[in-house]
Amino acid sequence: MRNLVAVPVILLTVMLQSAVISRVYLLSGIADLPMVMLAAWALQENVDSAWHWAAATDLLVGFISGISWVVPFFGYIGIVFFARIFQRRVWQAPLLAMFSITFLGTIIVSLLSISTLSFAGVPLPISDVLGLVTLPSVLLNMLIAIPVYVVMRDLARWVYPSPEVE
Amino acid sequence: MALALGGYFSSASNVFTGSLVNLQTWFSARFVAVQDFLTSPRDIASLRQRNIELEGEVSELQAQVIQLQQQVGKTQILAALVDFEQANPENRYLAAAVIGRDPSPFLHYVIINRGSNDGILRGMPVVTNQGLIGRVDAVIADAARIQLITDPASSVNVLLQNAETEASLVGSVTGDVTLQLIPQDINIQPGDLVLTSGLGGGYPPDLIIGQVGNVRSRDFDLFQQATVQPVVDFNRLEIVLVIVNFKPVDISPLAPAPAP
Repeated sequence: MRNLVAVPVILLTVMLQSAVISRVYLLSGIADLPMVMLAAWALQENVDSAWHWAAATDLLVGFISGISWVVPFFGYIGIVFFARIFQRRVWQAPLLAMFSITFLGTIIVSLLSISTLSFAGVPLPISDVLGLVTLPSVLLNMLIAIPVYVVMRDLARWVYPSPEVE
Repeated sequence: MALALGGYFSSASNVFTGSLVNLQTWFSARFVAVQDFLTSPRDIASLRQRNIELEGEVSELQAQVIQLQQQVGKTQILAALVDFEQANPENRYLAAAVIGRDPSPFLHYVIINRGSNDGILRGMPVVTNQGLIGRVDAVIADAARIQLITDPASSVNVLLQNAETEASLVGSVTGDVTLQLIPQDINIQPGDLVLTSGLGGGYPPDLIIGQVGNVRSRDFDLFQQATVQPVVDFNRLEIVLVIVNFKPVDISPLAPAPAP
């Protein structure tokens, strides 16, 4: 039953991404709210449903976006994978882990997008892509990382309350 | 009495009345000061209350002004679209609102609130009153995804009106559009109008796209290139028109197969 909270959260996140976040440009880059949300969720200690969230977000983003489903599938699964590793390694510095995963996740999704589009024959000048899309996207994702982390931490505490210590 | 009438008391009278006036002024000023002191607390309270009420009214009126400005803006857009529709009676149009954009920064797609329930099919061209914006890429019951001409995977066959030559318009990841495959012997100038040619069957002919910007012509290149300034502001798409009576032609079966 606790996993059901994923439905409204993921729906709201993807709707916000499509309707609002995708219209806020920095050069040609935009923030990736679903990715940052997944990273923040997977970094929470008590959360055991991050893989399910990643799968659901893959489906929804793959359905809405014109890009191949390969990008969100491997991108978001990879982000959860690295976030779980970071969560165990750097659990004492969650914000550092959040920034690291956000940076890594943006690079992973960008590389997957570039690879997929290049494979499909779409011309992508690599210098333009890195300078005008990937780096601005990294910066925007970093900007939203902290507020998203705070919201997801509160949500995780609500969904997975810690046992009372007597 | 006779002395007074004769003006002999005028100086004394002046001194007396002057003193009275000064005294009256002093009393009046003190009274007003005391009155202000006694009544001002009540006035300040009532004025503050009134100020709060007026600020509330101002806020409401400002909200109304913003709403009305939005309605005026939308009405102007709709009026322009109606004018465009009346000026181009050969096509049937369906208006749709842009409700989202593609989540990926590498693609330039928008999502509209009309779908197959409204008769929209894949491949239908999409325009605004200013010009071409793209074509329908995917459709579900109540929504459709439009591939903009600025998308890096988009390619449109165009006609340079002044030069009377054809070329190919391609998008890019940054949203810039470029003319390619312009023969070297063609003289094109900045400001030349770019229209759809209709070649290939993907778009109807004579839809305005934009104007030629900078031309790049190098002797060692096979073709010239030119940037295009689109007539549509792709960052401010709100309402678009889908041309519903245009049936795109799929010429892919006619394309020659690659040699083994």
